[in-house]
Amino acid sequence: MLENIRLSFQGIWSHKMRSFLTMLGIIIGIASIISIISTIKGTQEQIKQNLIGSGNNTVEITLNQGNYPYEVEWNGLPDGIPTVTDEQMEEIRSLETVEAAARYVVRNYADSIYYKSTPLNSGQVYGIDDAYFSTCGYRIKEGRGFIPADTENFSKVVMMDQTAADALFSGEDPIGKTIEIKAEPFIVVGVVEKKVQFEPVINSMSDYWTYHEAETGAIFMPIASWPIVYYYDEPENVVVKAASTEEMSDAGRDTASILNAALMDTTGEFQYNATDLLETVRNLQSLSESTNNQLLWIASISLLVGGIGVMNIMLVSVTERTSEIGLKKAIGARKRKILIQFLTEAAVLTSIGGVLGVISGIALSQIISKVSQAPTAISIPAIIGSVLFSMLIGIIFGFLPSYKAANLNPIDALRYE
Amino acid sequence: MILEIQDVCKDYYQGKMVVPVLKDVSFSMEEGEYVAIMGPSGSGKTTLMNIIGCLDTATSGTFLLDGQDIRKCSDNERSDIRLNKIGFVFQSFQLLPRQTALENVELPLTYAKIPKKERRERAKAALERVGLGDRLDFKPTQLSGGQKQRVAIARALVNNPKILLADEPTGALDTKSGEQVMELFKNLNDEGVSVLMITHDSEIAAHAKKVITIRDGQILSGGGSL
Repeated sequence: MLENIRLSFQGIWSHKMRSFLTMLGIIIGIASIISIISTIKGTQEQIKQNLIGSGNNTVEITLNQGNYPYEVEWNGLPDGIPTVTDEQMEEIRSLETVEAAARYVVRNYADSIYYKSTPLNSGQVYGIDDAYFSTCGYRIKEGRGFIPADTENFSKVVMMDQTAADALFSGEDPIGKTIEIKAEPFIVVGVVEKKVQFEPVINSMSDYWTYHEAETGAIFMPIASWPIVYYYDEPENVVVKAASTEEMSDAGRDTASILNAALMDTTGEFQYNATDLLETVRNLQSLSESTNNQLLWIASISLLVGGIGVMNIMLVSVTERTSEIGLKKAIGARKRKILIQFLTEAAVLTSIGGVLGVISGIALSQIISKVSQAPTAISIPAIIGSVLFSMLIGIIFGFLPSYKAANLNPIDALRYE
Repeated sequence: MILEIQDVCKDYYQGKMVVPVLKDVSFSMEEGEYVAIMGPSGSGKTTLMNIIGCLDTATSGTFLLDGQDIRKCSDNERSDIRLNKIGFVFQSFQLLPRQTALENVELPLTYAKIPKKERRERAKAALERVGLGDRLDFKPTQLSGGQKQRVAIARALVNNPKILLADEPTGALDTKSGEQVMELFKNLNDEGVSVLMITHDSEIAAHAKKVITIRDGQILSGGGSL
């Protein structure tokens, strides 16, 4: 077999130009498949990274009414929804899938927030416990964090992220400044940022809505101070940090069921639900995959054309080498030997084409990603698959010429000049 | 008895017309003999050669090679007989142009699944036997006609065949190289190799110890029925 492969290389090398032209169909086909797969994979990785957020693996478990998040601002306090107890938090933290957990209350569409006469047009206000920042992966960028005294004294202090700080202070140092929330004065004690910066790429309207929340500012106050501006005993939400990305769904579901067990709501409308980002990611990924699968089919047609080219050249090659085949049969080569020799040659030819196709496909996807900003990622299974598939094409399309060679009559073949 | 041929007929079809090429050919050959089959072109000598070489089958009659009835053999069995019992030498040498002399001689050993190292040694020995020990790595294009034919003879001998079949072995050679090849055949025969040669040239045929004359598909002299 090794001998056959060596002879095939020799044969291919002795007809460099012809071999290259024959391979070209395979090269182009494999190159387009590799670049399409690289782009699909790149997009999927990007969606996953952007949505799940820098590997922080946090899942928010929020109170829903029917299918929608419950908004206290508009609907008032619900009946039968207790606040989250310390015992519940302990139970949640003891889950195997959960690494850290924190509780919080939130206004998603906060209004009446001003610094002097500058309003915060869009943003969220959070009332948070002391585990919130570490769970969500925030770190203090400027100023100080919340201290136990803030909670004990119901201090009117806030922290905010850079987006909110930019919107309110437009360049001024926010530390020590006083802002107004629902006509109550709060002192800004610090600015926080996510440990790994979350920078979504926005290409379309749907991206915009996906990332909208991440782009609006957030203001944080100790949960104890919340009732100064909002209600007492508001329904609390929980955010958990899953032990791994794959466990996000489980962590969210388990936490939700702990919280739901304590609900005393009689209407049955209220329920804690995890915002399952992993699920959303999978949906988005399968959407982009199905679009690109159609492209893959089209690229496969060029492989078919390439295969026919291989068959054509192999037939010419068999005719050219009629006397060689005749001699080999005369000196005792069985049909099978001749068949395998030509099949090997076809498979080696297309495999070289496949390898060259993979190389040019990777190069092509790098160029595409440079030009159009589309993300790209190299898929090892796709590379191995492509080379094996091109080998298979050689075997399939090389079969007819090889069969013809194996069945040549040695007498006629020897007489052929 | 290496060859036993009795009443062998071969017909070809041209459209619906039957053309008899061999008519009741009978002869036999002992191991170690040196026989020439001589006849003009169209006499059927090449067809006879093809049948003896197991490349073709007779229409009727009996043909035993080394005691084995070839007409009853399958395609693969005939391949194996050609590989192990017959060494072919052709008029136009039939060497693979891109391979060295050594690789050309190794070819039958590859089909016989001989391990690489032994293959090398045996091919080298065969080339030394025909006086080309210093041309191992030459390609056919770098060799003269006589040298090419000697490479082909080395290839025919390398599997230690029962019989050497030569079809017009000097047909493409000048007189001097032809003489050298004849000299080689004589030496090989002296060493015990059975040689069956086909030629139209009575001078070449005269090198053999026994000459069978064939014309119009029939043996004229030297055959002798069994």
